[in-house]
Amino acid sequence: MGRYFRRKLLIYGLTFFIAVSINFAVPRLMPGDPVARMLTRNSVSNLESSEAMRGYFNDIFGLDVPLWKQYLNYWVALFQGDLGVSVFAFPAPVSSVVADALPYTLALLLPSILLSWIVGNAMGAMAARNKFLDNGALPIGYVLTAVPYMWLAILLAWVGGIILGWFPVAGGYSFALTPAFTWTFIVDLVHHWVLPFLSLFLVALGGWAIGMRNLVIYELESDYANYLQALGAPNRLVRRYAFRNAVLPQVTGLALQLGVVVGGALVTEVVFAYPGLGSLLLNAVSNQDFFLLQGILLFIVIGVLVFNFLADIVYVLIDPRTRLGLEGGQS
Amino acid sequence: MSAEVVLQTEVVGRRNEHLYFALRNPKVAIGLGIVLALLVLGLVGPFFLSDSPNEYVGPKSEAPSGEYWLGTTYFGQDVFTQFVHGLRSSYLVGALGGGISFVIGLAIGFAAGYRGGMVDEILNMITNVVLVLPALAVLIVISSYLEVRGVVTQAVIIGIFSWPWVARAVRAQTFTLRNRDYVDLARLTGKRAPQIIMREIMPNMASYLLMSVILLFGGAILFAAMLDFIGLGPTNAVSLGTMMQQSMAWSSLHLGMWWWFVPPGLAITLIVGALYITNVGLDEVFNPKLREM
Amino acid sequence: MTLEVEDLQVHYRTMKGDVRALDGVSFSLADGEIVGLAGESGCGKTTLGKSLIRLDGRMQHVGGKAVLDGAELPIGDDRAMNTHRWKEVSIIPQYSMSALNPTRKIGKMIAELLRSRGKSYREIKGELVHRLELVGLSEKVLDNYPIELSGGMKQRVVMVLSTLLDPSLLIADEVTSALDVTNQKAVAETLVRFRDMGFVKSMIVVTHDLSLVYQIADTIMIMYAGRIVEKAPAETIIKAPKHPYTKALIGALPEVGLEHGDERLQSIPGKPPQLLNPPTGCRFRDRCPLASDECAEEPPVVAVDAGHEVSCWKAED
Repeated sequence: MGRYFRRKLLIYGLTFFIAVSINFAVPRLMPGDPVARMLTRNSVSNLESSEAMRGYFNDIFGLDVPLWKQYLNYWVALFQGDLGVSVFAFPAPVSSVVADALPYTLALLLPSILLSWIVGNAMGAMAARNKFLDNGALPIGYVLTAVPYMWLAILLAWVGGIILGWFPVAGGYSFALTPAFTWTFIVDLVHHWVLPFLSLFLVALGGWAIGMRNLVIYELESDYANYLQALGAPNRLVRRYAFRNAVLPQVTGLALQLGVVVGGALVTEVVFAYPGLGSLLLNAVSNQDFFLLQGILLFIVIGVLVFNFLADIVYVLIDPRTRLGLEGGQS
Repeated sequence: MSAEVVLQTEVVGRRNEHLYFALRNPKVAIGLGIVLALLVLGLVGPFFLSDSPNEYVGPKSEAPSGEYWLGTTYFGQDVFTQFVHGLRSSYLVGALGGGISFVIGLAIGFAAGYRGGMVDEILNMITNVVLVLPALAVLIVISSYLEVRGVVTQAVIIGIFSWPWVARAVRAQTFTLRNRDYVDLARLTGKRAPQIIMREIMPNMASYLLMSVILLFGGAILFAAMLDFIGLGPTNAVSLGTMMQQSMAWSSLHLGMWWWFVPPGLAITLIVGALYITNVGLDEVFNPKLREM
Repeated sequence: MTLEVEDLQVHYRTMKGDVRALDGVSFSLADGEIVGLAGESGCGKTTLGKSLIRLDGRMQHVGGKAVLDGAELPIGDDRAMNTHRWKEVSIIPQYSMSALNPTRKIGKMIAELLRSRGKSYREIKGELVHRLELVGLSEKVLDNYPIELSGGMKQRVVMVLSTLLDPSLLIADEVTSALDVTNQKAVAETLVRFRDMGFVKSMIVVTHDLSLVYQIADTIMIMYAGRIVEKAPAETIIKAPKHPYTKALIGALPEVGLEHGDERLQSIPGKPPQLLNPPTGCRFRDRCPLASDECAEEPPVVAVDAGHEVSCWKAED
């Protein structure tokens, strides 16, 4: 077990290291001088921020300093929580801009990931049991996994927002309201949350259902299921075992799918102008706000890694094979 | 086991048999039909339509009509022309991006699985790292630094970041195959590793590899569409993703211009969905167990 | 008479048509008898074993019946068969190494299985522990997950579990093929001991390894292309086989019983006929050195000696 976690932590540490290094390297490797490009572009519209940026730029990205020292400075700044200053939201530091948007993204992501996982697994297990249900659920599942996240979001916004007019199609809350801990505001918040949540939930649902269905069928064909049946065990018992064992790879799948779902959340937010990381990202891209862009990437990487680690812990708790530190578990 | 009786009757002509069942499998037939139909539209269409899909050719924001099959955009561009060009870029991204990640995944998977030991340790570590890296976020950062973005560059960077699960699967399969008798035999007769991998190991996972290619193809299309939608699409071409991005940017939603945003997303859903369905069909073809009567 | 099988026919359904895996198999099994069932892979021996307890999805019971202790087994009816499984007919599968649910503790799994069959774990546990000790396992394995046991230990757990309810008939399906020689011998001896102690009344040992089955079986049946071609006491099969196929099998073995039987079997020229549309007459005809015109007719079953039956035109020669 210790070996398992050491290995995992090594991978996550390495991933973080590589993500940071990509962040460091990309602006320097790209043809031309993107940072300078960003600054010149920005100096036209916002002289003040440009000046501050230049100062920051000289401090950390100082071109008179050798590359390895720049790299070192970059890490030092990172550990001080200094991700630079946002151009687009000048003079707010990147870290606080990101921190403001984060709750919205989490409020979308966490429920949609967990609920789609639970509901999808339940549906998949049911489909594996019933031929009739299977024929109906499977095609729907495949269509859902094939839908681009933003397109389903657009359709939902169009149908639920424009045609039916049931839900607002833009923003995290009404412009008329100011954020406060009041009943009106919370209802408004939820009202704005429903469509983007539903969109994310639905796209992810199909994948879990299909995965679970296939896994349960696979488990039902496995040796231990055959043996139980040969000893006359009722289907109830065999299915219960199959379901329990099929859930295990789905936990790993949850962690592996995370990167994709986060990507989905980003574009869904863009569709609904939901004030989370996705909309922030869009602003960063269109304003060429590279520091903000990189800050967002870093937050996403950290989030994904933390979540992965949580999934690992859950996995160890439910699968005796990894708990015993023997072969057989996932690597 | 249950296969033993069947095996002895079907050792010869297995490849033909697969083709036979593949073409008769309704899932494969329907899936491939859709994919090929849209491919033909994307390949042939542009020859009959304008070469420059962004040209302002007609009245603004017009609904579909006999003249403009899918209507026009907010600026009076022909949506159908854009759509056909967009299909072309999507297939290009799928083929190229999927192809690149397949080759990388294959190479790393075979090397890790066949060599084992230290090589495997390192490659497996790299694979796991790229696997947990949130690819879209990394792609966004990289593409946003590119001043000029083409469909090909996009495909390349997508390919570079979406190979890990293929590598993992190929590695696992190679592990189980490399100690088979016929591989040992080939090794004893002095064949070199690349030759053994190509001649003995690869054919035995051909079905699996074919299905991986299909999934990678669909994955690359979806990835590209998401990048395009954030505004990081090709700067010199139209794609299905940029169409959606443009339609959202010019509030087609509020103007009710459904003909602008429905077709591109529908096409992607159809292509990717059809690919998945083909895959399920192929799975049935290659696994006789799943071939229900 | 424990088991009486009459004209059993089981087909595999394939896209190309029915494969006749068992094409008219009849034999009987006395109380306390261990029968070895041998033949090349694909001859139908595993199908025969399975058909007496649980047909898998693509197998279909087409004709014939099996009578166990005077009552007919509903072998074509999966659901009706359930009450007979484990209590009357039981199996030690080929895949003992992976036969136990990997995520349940062994004791818990057995308890749940017993409860699902209406038995009390608490009442049976004493006997279970006793039998585990008999095969050299301590009570502690019940608190282990399968992955904590070695292959040999798992095999022994499965043997104890399969015979826990004292079935009349036990089918041991290629139980030794995954083991090394020492373990093979130990497993074979355990099977005999289980019979001697009355845990099982009679046993069918399905194997491709003639030399192993020779050590434990009272009677050996040789199968070829979906049919039994020769049945005789073990001694006779090895020392005085009558059927040309049996002779070829024995001839392919290195001097008395060694473990390479299977590979040598392939040195019989030709290959078995396909069972999709099996040829009429003797099915070994094409590979048989003695074949003549009369072999185009179905060979009769000839009792050449007490308990020694051969289906061959040349048996009398």
